[in-house]
Amino acid sequence: MPRPRVYRTEAIVLRGSNYGEADRILTLLTLKQGKLRAIAKGVRRAASHQGGHLELFNHVETLLAVGRELDVITQSEVRHPFRSLREQLDRTSHAYYLAELVDRLVEERAPAPEVFALALAGLQALDRGDEPRLVLCQFQLRLLAASGFGPELFQCVGCRAELRPEVNFFSPASGGMLCPACAPAEPLAYRLSLGAFKLLRHLRRTDLSEGARVRVGEAVSREGSHAARDYVECVLERKLRAPEFIARVEGG
Amino acid sequence: MQPLVEPVARLIEELAKLPGIGPKTAQRLAFFLLRAPAESAHELARAIVRVKEAVTYCSQCLNITDRDPCAVCSSSSRDASIVCVVEEPLDLLALERTGVYRGLYHVLHGALSPMDGIGPDELRIQELLRRLQGGEVREVILATNPNVEGEATAMYLERLVKPLGVSVSRLARGLPVGADLEWADELTLARALEGRRAL
Ligand SMILES: [Zn+2]
Ligand SMILES: [Zn+2]
Repeated sequence: MPRPRVYRTEAIVLRGSNYGEADRILTLLTLKQGKLRAIAKGVRRAASHQGGHLELFNHVETLLAVGRELDVITQSEVRHPFRSLREQLDRTSHAYYLAELVDRLVEERAPAPEVFALALAGLQALDRGDEPRLVLCQFQLRLLAASGFGPELFQCVGCRAELRPEVNFFSPASGGMLCPACAPAEPLAYRLSLGAFKLLRHLRRTDLSEGARVRVGEAVSREGSHAARDYVECVLERKLRAPEFIARVEGG
Repeated sequence: MQPLVEPVARLIEELAKLPGIGPKTAQRLAFFLLRAPAESAHELARAIVRVKEAVTYCSQCLNITDRDPCAVCSSSSRDASIVCVVEEPLDLLALERTGVYRGLYHVLHGALSPMDGIGPDELRIQELLRRLQGGEVREVILATNPNVEGEATAMYLERLVKPLGVSVSRLARGLPVGADLEWADELTLARALEGRRAL
């Protein structure tokens, strides 16, 4: 069957860069075709119909025409503009974090409806004002699990024993948690407070629509989100840019 | 197909590095120059070399200039108590063309864009804060672009500037002239409604 010349799909705008006089090349997470790069022509002109619809982090309905190198976005209509996400800096900076994670973890042109649903739920949570750090911590755990790279949080990765409610150890390089007996054999493992351990398990098991509503102290939330980021960076074998940006912006 | 002679291929390669110029346009430009009189090719080459030699950044507003301070910063008819912050020199030119604004400028040379590695340290923000500490400036107008990057930049600057006792404003956002209501996105429409004015 020949590939259709045009297709319609929901998409989330992950990334954009200006191209030529008035065009933009966008990285979209689409529902039907997964992540892809496409060109939007003339959108930087003030009178462009499409410009506002294709802003970063927007959830849009798009019509794409198959192009030789890049597909061309011929129509787009915004479904959720996520306004308060754009008008509060800590939410915006965490949306960048979410977009960077998806961009790095998802392969091009591999349909990933589960990731699409997660990304949408994550942006919705940020937009409605859930604690941004917890939203991202949970988003990372759920995204990793959906991609088959989730950290083991219930059994010790050393001896396979059920983990107990005590101070355990976290070792991204070994794939998750270690019990106190196994930890000394792994030099890079570090202590995780019981609070942070419980937080990670809770976030891993709940939906993005409810997870970040849990009440935890600042120290525990920092510890948990640091562990989640550590784990992602270990999987990706590279540093992420958005967390540095968030730290810079929070510090003023 | 016969390969292009080396100097022509080289010119096409260099032209194609310019923003907005694809390989096809680069070929057209190269063949235009090839056929043009030698003098006009020399003029172009000299202009390119001269722009790198003669143009610098104004030490006050960081706009590109051929003398320091620039014409705007050294003009006695401009109001030095207002500074309008823009992303790029071209934005400054656009505001100057309106003929409405009589204050000074500050050029950031970009907008925050974490995925491209552009954080606060990559923009000329420290220079702005130093200017504001002088005490002469009473108002800052944040005229960054009305997109996510520009808005994030404005929010970040607002937080740094307000504690200095300087009043901060943003350019009004809404429908651009020539835009069609039916085609406008929700956010632009909502902001245009909020920014409406009595007639
Ligand atoms: Zn063990
Ligand atoms: Zn100047």
